[in-house]
Amino acid sequence: MKKTSRRQFLKVAAAGAAILTTGKASASEMHQKVNNNTLSMLYDATKCVGCKACMAACKRVNGDYGSLSYERASFDPDGLWDAPQDLTGSTRTLIKLFKESERDWSYVKYSCMHCQKPSCVSVCPVAAMTRDPQTGIVDYNKNTCIGCRYCQVACAFNIPKFQWDRALPQIVKCDLCKNTNLRQKGITACAEVCPAGAISFGKRGDLLEEAQKRLRENPGKYLNHIYGEKEVGGANHLYLSSMQFNKLGLPVLKDEAPAEFSEKIQHTIYKGFIAPVALYGTLCWIAVKNMRKHGPEETDHHKDTDKQGGA
Amino acid sequence: MGHGEYQKHEAKIFTPSFIVLLVLTLIGFFLVALRFIKGIGAVSNMSDGYPWGIWITYDVATGTAIACGGYAMAILVYIRNRMHYHPMIRSAILTSMFGYGLAGFSVMVDVGRPWNAYNFFIPSQWQANSAMFEVALCVMAYTTVLAIEFLPAILTTLENTKWEKAQAIIAWLNPRIAPDKEALQQKLDFVKAGAAWLKPRLDKVLIFIIVLGITLPTMHQSSLGSLLLIASTKLHPLWHTGFLPLLFLINCMYIGYSIAILESVISCYAFKRPFETKELSGLAKIIPWLTGIWLSVVVGDLAWRGQLTKALSFDFYSRFFLLEFCLIAAGSFLLFSSKRRESIRWLFVSAALIVVGGALYRFNVYLIGFNPGKGWRYFPALAELMITVGIVAFEILGYQVIVKILPVLPRLHTRQQLDATKEAAQKA
Ligand code: SF4
Ligand code: SF4
Ligand code: SF4
Repeated sequence: MKKTSRRQFLKVAAAGAAILTTGKASASEMHQKVNNNTLSMLYDATKCVGCKACMAACKRVNGDYGSLSYERASFDPDGLWDAPQDLTGSTRTLIKLFKESERDWSYVKYSCMHCQKPSCVSVCPVAAMTRDPQTGIVDYNKNTCIGCRYCQVACAFNIPKFQWDRALPQIVKCDLCKNTNLRQKGITACAEVCPAGAISFGKRGDLLEEAQKRLRENPGKYLNHIYGEKEVGGANHLYLSSMQFNKLGLPVLKDEAPAEFSEKIQHTIYKGFIAPVALYGTLCWIAVKNMRKHGPEETDHHKDTDKQGGA
Repeated sequence: MGHGEYQKHEAKIFTPSFIVLLVLTLIGFFLVALRFIKGIGAVSNMSDGYPWGIWITYDVATGTAIACGGYAMAILVYIRNRMHYHPMIRSAILTSMFGYGLAGFSVMVDVGRPWNAYNFFIPSQWQANSAMFEVALCVMAYTTVLAIEFLPAILTTLENTKWEKAQAIIAWLNPRIAPDKEALQQKLDFVKAGAAWLKPRLDKVLIFIIVLGITLPTMHQSSLGSLLLIASTKLHPLWHTGFLPLLFLINCMYIGYSIAILESVISCYAFKRPFETKELSGLAKIIPWLTGIWLSVVVGDLAWRGQLTKALSFDFYSRFFLLEFCLIAAGSFLLFSSKRRESIRWLFVSAALIVVGGALYRFNVYLIGFNPGKGWRYFPALAELMITVGIVAFEILGYQVIVKILPVLPRLHTRQQLDATKEAAQKA
C-alpha cells in the first residue's frame, strides 16, 4: 500500500510540475508593463463621415481567410447591400451612428480593442487566443479552438463573435489583418481605405502622442479622454470622441484588467500545484488511517463484507 | 462473499416510466443530431451576448453539483470515518457517474468545435491561467475515477452471474450462425476469471483512487466558481466576488448531502424499500453547518463590499438573490430540530429546499445575474430545453436500469438472512 501511495503521489506531483512551468510562463507575461511599441489604431469619431468604406474593405480583404460572408437585410431580398446590424460571426468591424438629438450625434467604429492584458487570451483553455508580445496583436487560431465561447463571456467589450448558424462554426474577431492586408501592405485594410483620415495606424506610443496633440490643439472639440489608453490595463485600439463613450456603446471600465483579478485568485489557489498535492496527501493519510482502524472490526458488523473494509 | 453490503433490485426493467423516459431521451438525441447538422443557433437561443445558456448552466455547472452526492458521501465515509454510511455510497457514486458523464456529453454538444478537444491532451496548448482548462481536465479525470470506483459492482456481477441471458443467446445462435459454442463458453469463463483476478487487486488500491475522487471535485467545483471571476463587468455585484471559488465549493457539498437524502428517499419510495431514516437524519445533521458557513460568507462578503443595500433593494437581481438565500436558510433552519430530522417528510422537504436554493445560486451566477450589456436577452428555446430534458431523462433511465442489473442499493437487513441462505444454496 505504501508503495502505491508513493507512486500516486509522484504522478500527481509530476503533473503539478508540468502545470507549474506553463503557469510560470504566463505569469511572467502578466506583470509586463504597457508596451507602447505595439501596433495600434486611433479612431477619431469626430472625423468619421460614416461612409463604411472600412467595413467593406475589411470584408473584401478578410472574407476568405476569416470566413466572413455578406449579411442580408430583411428589406433587401435581392441581397444588394451588406447590412450587418452588429458585429457578428460574419463581420469583424462595424460603423454605427448614435443620435442623441438633431445636433448631437456621432459615428463609432467597433472592432477588437487588442487589449494589452486580454481577457480572451487569459481564459482560452487551449491557447487558441494568443497575444503576440512584439506586435500586440491578439490573434485567433481556428485549428485549436474548441468553440467553448469562454472568450465571449470574458471580453468586456463583447468582441468575439460566434457563428451560430453554421455546422462548423468558428470565433470571429479582428486580427489587425495579420495574415492579409498587414502582411501584404503593412497597414490594416480599414486604415488604408478611410477617405476621411479617421483611422490612423502606427505604433501605440506615436498614436497616443498624436491623440494628446489633437486634444491640446482643439480645446472644446473633444471629450478630454483617450478611450483605450488606460481601460482594462490599456488597449491598442484608441478612440477620440466628442460624445461620451458609454453613449457610443463603449463600456465604462476600470483601469485594472479583469484578467489580473481572476488570475491572481487562480494563481493563489494553484500556485506550484502545492495546495492540491498537499490536499491529496493529507486526505490519503487520513483515509488510510481510518481504514486500518476499521478494517478488521468492521467485518463482524456485516458478516459477509469484504475484509478491505468495503473499499 | 464479496460486496455483501449491496444488492440488486429485483424488478422488471420495462416499466411505464421506462417508456416515458425513453421517449424523452430519443427526442433529446434527435435534437442533438439536428444541432450537429444545422448549427447551435438552429436549436438554441444563445447569442453572442449570452454565449452560455442552459446547457452550461444546468447540465454542467448545476448538474455536476447535483452529482456531488458521491463526493459528499466519500468525504463522510473515508475522511470523517463514518463507516456505517458505507452501504449508501454505491448508489451515490452511480448517480455521480451519470451526472458527470452526461455533463461531459453536454459539453460536447455545447462546444462549437468538439473535434479540436484533443488539444486538452497536448501540453503545448495547455493554458494554466484558464479556469476552464482546470475544470475540463479535472472533470475528465473525475469521471474516470468514478468509473473505477464503480467497477467493483460490475466485477462482482461478472464473477458471480450465471450468464443465463448470454447462455440463452449462445444456444439460440448456435444452430444458426454456428459459431463455436465451446469457444464462446471459454470466452465467458475467461471474462469471469479476469473479473475474479482483478477485483482483489483493485480493492487494494481503491482507497487511493477514492481519495483522488475527493481531491478532484474539490478542485473543479471551486473552479466552476472561478470561471466567472473574469466577468467582472457582466456579473452583477451581488454575485461577483473573489469568494466565488469558496462559495461554489461549499455549495456543492451541501447540495451533495441533500441530494443523497433526496435520492435515498425517492428510490426507497419508488422501489418500495424501507426508508433509511437513521442514516438520513445523520446526514441531515451535517447540512446546517455547511449552509451556516456559506450564508455567513455570503453576508459577510456583501457587507464588506458594501452591497447589502443592493441585496435588499428588491429589484430584479435582489429578488433572485433573496429567493436563493431564503430557500437555503429555510431548509437549513428546518434541519436544526432533531425531531424533524427523524421525519422522512421533513427531511425530504428541507433537502429539496436546499437543493433548489443551491441550484438557484448557480443559475444566478451563470445566467440570471449575468448581464452582457444593453439589448441582450436570453431565455432557452424549446429545443434547447428538450435536449437538457433528454439528457436528464437518460440519466434517470440509466440509474433505473443499472440498479436492477448490478448490486448497487444497500442490502436490506430484513432480507439479509434470506439472501444469505439463497446464496449458499446457489453455491452448493
Ligand atoms: S477586446 Fe476582447 S477580444 Fe479583443 S483583445 Fe480585448 S478581450 Fe480579447
Ligand atoms: S471559443 Fe475558442 S478561442 Fe474562445 S475561449 Fe473557447 S477555445 Fe478559446
Ligand atoms: S472608412 Fe473612415 S470615414 Fe468611412 S466609415 Fe470607416 S472610419 Fe468612417
